[in-house]
Amino acid sequence: MTPRSDRPVALFVLRSCALGTITILVLIVAFVVGESVDVLRNAGLSRLWTDPTWHPASKTNPTFGAVPMIVGTLFATAGAVVVALPLGLLCAVFVNYHATHTLRRLVNGVIELLAGIPSVVYGLWGLTTLVPIIAMIRGPGTSLLAGILVLALMILPTIVLLIDQALREQPAELALSAAALGLSKSRIIWSVLVPSAWRSIGTASLLATARALGETMAVLLVCGNAIKTPTSLFDSVRTLTANIALEMAYAMDTHRSALFASGLLLLGLVGLLIAGIELLERRVRT
Amino acid sequence: MTAPSRRFDPRGLGPAHPSSAVSVGAAAAVLAVFAWLCFDMVRQGVGVVDWQFLVHEPSDAGRAGGIAPILVSTLWILAVCLAATVPLGLLTSIYLAELTPRDDVVGRITRRSLDALAAVPSIVFGLFGNAFFAYGLGLGLSILSGGLTLACMILPLFIRTVELGLRAVPASQRDAAHALGLRPIAIAFRVVLPQATPAIVAGLVLGIGRALAETAALIFTSGYQTRFPTSVFDSGRSLSVHIFDLGANIPGGDARAYGSALVLVAILFLLNRIATSILRLFGLEAPR
Repeated sequence: MTPRSDRPVALFVLRSCALGTITILVLIVAFVVGESVDVLRNAGLSRLWTDPTWHPASKTNPTFGAVPMIVGTLFATAGAVVVALPLGLLCAVFVNYHATHTLRRLVNGVIELLAGIPSVVYGLWGLTTLVPIIAMIRGPGTSLLAGILVLALMILPTIVLLIDQALREQPAELALSAAALGLSKSRIIWSVLVPSAWRSIGTASLLATARALGETMAVLLVCGNAIKTPTSLFDSVRTLTANIALEMAYAMDTHRSALFASGLLLLGLVGLLIAGIELLERRVRT
Repeated sequence: MTAPSRRFDPRGLGPAHPSSAVSVGAAAAVLAVFAWLCFDMVRQGVGVVDWQFLVHEPSDAGRAGGIAPILVSTLWILAVCLAATVPLGLLTSIYLAELTPRDDVVGRITRRSLDALAAVPSIVFGLFGNAFFAYGLGLGLSILSGGLTLACMILPLFIRTVELGLRAVPASQRDAAHALGLRPIAIAFRVVLPQATPAIVAGLVLGIGRALAETAALIFTSGYQTRFPTSVFDSGRSLSVHIFDLGANIPGGDARAYGSALVLVAILFLLNRIATSILRLFGLEAPR
């Protein structure tokens, strides 16, 4: 059906709304880049990883070494994915192949509820429950480990829901042929069905990684926020996101610009992950 | 497309292999952690939440008193957010679902920007809101800045849900209206849109849920002020920011933090139930 004899004004209004939503994205990128320009022009983005220390507010000799925070972000994110991915995969396998109907609904319901809990509530729970337990093993408690555990819990629903859907969409022929070859149930699951869903598992992990990378409140509450490259799981770390949240309130001039530059870095990293997901999904369609 | 193949049910393959115990264990662990979290939240929060808590102002930096002004600020932020999201979102989704042919450039770019927007970390929305709404447009740290920032954030979710509902309206309805001589825009507004009402409501509820849960985008757009707001240009603290502040900055604020968290989570669960049951009633599934 081709739009025929439409009122041009009405169509124009609708089209402007669509253009308006595009504008939001353009504005976000423009403003984050625009506010970073100060640091980018006078120092360059690479100062984020070449400078030895983080003293962006210094009048005489500002330094922008964000390596401890970049490392903190990467460790916390990678740790969370390493914990949540196997757990999520096992949960999805349980829900699809082992659970009775009632159990399936129970686990799915709980996963959906977990997905709905705000990140600040995860952070509060981590701070008042997990951190004291970790402190009993080794102080101070607010640590990389606490961040990893809370983030893992937060990204678990994304992983389970996506992998569950992928397993559900596996063609029945696949499992039936495997069964006809006499493979055992666990063989069918782990050597046929799960490997053939690898693309969706990849997508799920990338999406979960993007969520963990961008998460602020939970890590801000449980990680302790010391600017120091962690040497063990029990060390306090500060992530890039937590750094922005902590320092934005009083940051001026170059300091403020440096925070926007670290936001730009985050945006870039998330962009890379999204490009990876596009690549995985494009192959599926063709 | 042929008929969908029958789903394979490996439970028919006899007793489970012992290795399946691992996946049973994983699921049990997740259930246990969830129970632990809920138990903690209820145990520490339930003593605080009563009528007095809901209708009184906080005192002693939030260690005592209630959350009344915070609830009011939260509602105002939400109202601003929806006032911006609903018209823009509705018109955009009509444009995307009803009026663009597949190869339309504007439609394609809009869809891709919405996908990208959905992936932007919330702290970056906060940076943007601070630079654009608070300073660029001179709105300051205010309910208006916070609400508009949230609007940018929930727009993709709202549009995706509404678009889903619009596309679920059978083509025969459009053809019939077309045969009666209605123009495409009239068909979209008078025939398709009314039938998509449940999806619009569901999109609203999902969007409200996302907005209520958000904290990072609000700390430096709508601010920390705990007074009752008198206009949208006042700074106002949302419930989520209140929980963060009590948990992170106020020693001895844990009990009230859990009380506020309990209120917030209760509202969110209720909203989620409403959205999914509306969508399910019409055979749709909530987008993620």
